[in-house]
Amino acid sequence: MTILNSQLIHEQTIIKDEWQTIELPKITQEVKKQAGKVVLFKLTGEEYPTEEQVNQTIVPESGKTLLPLKVLIKHQEFLKERIKNKDIGFWFATHEEIESQILLLHDINLYPLIAVYIEKFSDGRIFSLANQLRTKYRFKNNLRAFGDVLRDQLFFLKRSGFNSYLIRKDRNAKDALKGLSDFSDPYQGALDIKNPVWKRIKR
Amino acid sequence: MYKYDQIDQKLVDERVNQYSGQLKRYLNNELSDEEFRPLRLQNGLYIQRHAPMLRVAIPYGMLSSKQLRKLADIADKFDRGYGHFSTRQNIQFNWPKLENTPKILKALAEVEMHAIQTSGNCIRNITTDQFAGATPDEVVDPRYIAEIIRQWSTFHPEFALLPRKFKISVTGSEKDRALVQAHDIGLEFSKNPMGKMVIKVWVGGGLGRTPVIGSVIREELEWEHILTYCEAILRVYNLYGRRDNMYKARIKILVKSLGIDKFKELVEKEWAFIMDGPNTINEEELNRVASFFTAPDYKKSEPINLDAFKDDKNFTQWLSRNTHSHKIKGYRSVTLSLKSNHSAPGDATVDQMHAVAKLADKYSFSELRVSHEQNLILADVEESLLYELWQEAKLHNLATPNIGLLTDIICCPGGDFCSLANAKSIPIAESIQALFDDMDYLHDIGDISLNISGCMNACGHHHVGHIGVLGVDKDGSEWYQITLGGDQGNNASIGKVIGPSFSSEEMPIVVKKIIGVYVNQRHEDELFIDCVKRIGIEPFKSGVYGERV
Repeated sequence: MTILNSQLIHEQTIIKDEWQTIELPKITQEVKKQAGKVVLFKLTGEEYPTEEQVNQTIVPESGKTLLPLKVLIKHQEFLKERIKNKDIGFWFATHEEIESQILLLHDINLYPLIAVYIEKFSDGRIFSLANQLRTKYRFKNNLRAFGDVLRDQLFFLKRSGFNSYLIRKDRNAKDALKGLSDFSDPYQGALDIKNPVWKRIKR
Repeated sequence: MYKYDQIDQKLVDERVNQYSGQLKRYLNNELSDEEFRPLRLQNGLYIQRHAPMLRVAIPYGMLSSKQLRKLADIADKFDRGYGHFSTRQNIQFNWPKLENTPKILKALAEVEMHAIQTSGNCIRNITTDQFAGATPDEVVDPRYIAEIIRQWSTFHPEFALLPRKFKISVTGSEKDRALVQAHDIGLEFSKNPMGKMVIKVWVGGGLGRTPVIGSVIREELEWEHILTYCEAILRVYNLYGRRDNMYKARIKILVKSLGIDKFKELVEKEWAFIMDGPNTINEEELNRVASFFTAPDYKKSEPINLDAFKDDKNFTQWLSRNTHSHKIKGYRSVTLSLKSNHSAPGDATVDQMHAVAKLADKYSFSELRVSHEQNLILADVEESLLYELWQEAKLHNLATPNIGLLTDIICCPGGDFCSLANAKSIPIAESIQALFDDMDYLHDIGDISLNISGCMNACGHHHVGHIGVLGVDKDGSEWYQITLGGDQGNNASIGKVIGPSFSSEEMPIVVKKIIGVYVNQRHEDELFIDCVKRIGIEPFKSGVYGERV
């Protein structure tokens, strides 16, 4: 089976992406600098997106649509039918404070897909966010990583609760697939294999 | 000590394959420098001044003689005939070639060793007391706990890319020799009045640019929860630790800015979701891992007859400084000094490594330990064999009787090797060692620690040295700042800066002046650190700067 032009891995297979991801409109903002360098990581809880961005985002009228979390919250009532039809998912970025936001949703499991945006592959917050979605918020459906998603982090993403990975555009998804099986018997229990090795295998 | 089963071996073998592939992709330009960086770092590989530096993990400092021989072979074949034992109980090779690193890792895997997570923003090697299992003041053997934590933290998916490095230290003795208060997490094991093993959990300690003594987050955590509780701490840190500024990214900064109460509240909230979860340890697993660390086959050994050696001053000096009391009558733990006046602190040559392996086979059940003071320890030696051991150790320059004395200098590789360093540290150590070469005088000065770091990353732990030396850069030249009154152990403290910094030429004389002030001011039998704590740093300031102040 060859699927051309798809960067999306679902579980262990490359599939076509049926979702349209709605980006936030760009607004001009001051670039923070530190010793002459652009700051790579935004602080957790930094205001994002701005109210202006949320208000300017246009929600398409049909199709499977992945909305920024705050945009979804704003249009929750209006989108009721489409949510019921499993047409709506949401995404947020790794530095967003999600706890207060998620409380504003009626039921997280109404959404067939949540995606987490990672600006820099080395932003390990993505792993803890996935863990919280699965453990604390008991999210059972598809969880996708997108943005700077690369082969060498896939194993950790999978173990932290992701089952869907949109590989960065300039990288080969088929090659990235190999990253999912770097190790066969991890020591600690995590989100994919729940038990630690000493509970799984007689040592 | 711990022995790999097929699970452990497979993980390490798979790591060698993974890394070889990553290096290949990097050399084929399929990975950028930036993308390869965390991958190589988490395999202990730094890009240094002269060549890459490879840091190999020695989990909680335990080595078998077989492993040490392999390290010697690697130093011989891939390096320049020596290795450097570090303050985190690891070993570093300073001259390997990048393309040889997979071969080195493969060789290590043959003897159940690796370089996993010895660098990078992840959970590092777990460190502990070098006398674990042998010291009489031990309540709980920290080694099996450290091994349980090692397994849990190895390739922990959630904590693979933390804001910054993360160091965990474990102790189970009354006297802390593992610096638990200066670690991101420090675990102090003891038993509660009911005889149950409990843990005092310290968090947010650390040296580096902003030295901080940790705060207690839990007075008595039950041992079953050790991993899930650490997980909760790390989750809070991973989410809220600063990533915008690497100098403010350690957990200590987060704990300081939130305050320990707020931090604890967040941790406890996270913990509620995972407490009693799958990673909770049970009795069976604890016992399984503990079974690797049972007491060796001790013989009935006669205590040493000190009278017989009272005229042999060299031996009795060595005996008093370089051996530590043992829980078994007739045994002692021996520290082989890597601090002779002829080599950089912590360095061991191929010949020395082979010699130590031989000594371990002959005298100490084929095992040894690396201390965070950068010496090698034979933990279980019969007292009746000490004289013989001492003579053999002397032949290999491993018996300098200076453990805990001024010349037992703790020192990072510094500007000679490390690209982070502001200044050289090894030549400073050597010049001080050369000035203080009179053993009698050193013994008269007594217990004192001198720690040198070549930059504020503090690999030489200068903040907790009684005398701390920090290399600083001033307009492109190398200067040294001195702190006094730092201390490790149960009453850990951070040293205070005495004043403007010195050039490298001035350093030995400055140390001599500091010692001079102590010798003049001390009460009978008063240790250097106690004297500093009693009289404060002012007398030392005027002793050192004189008119300059």
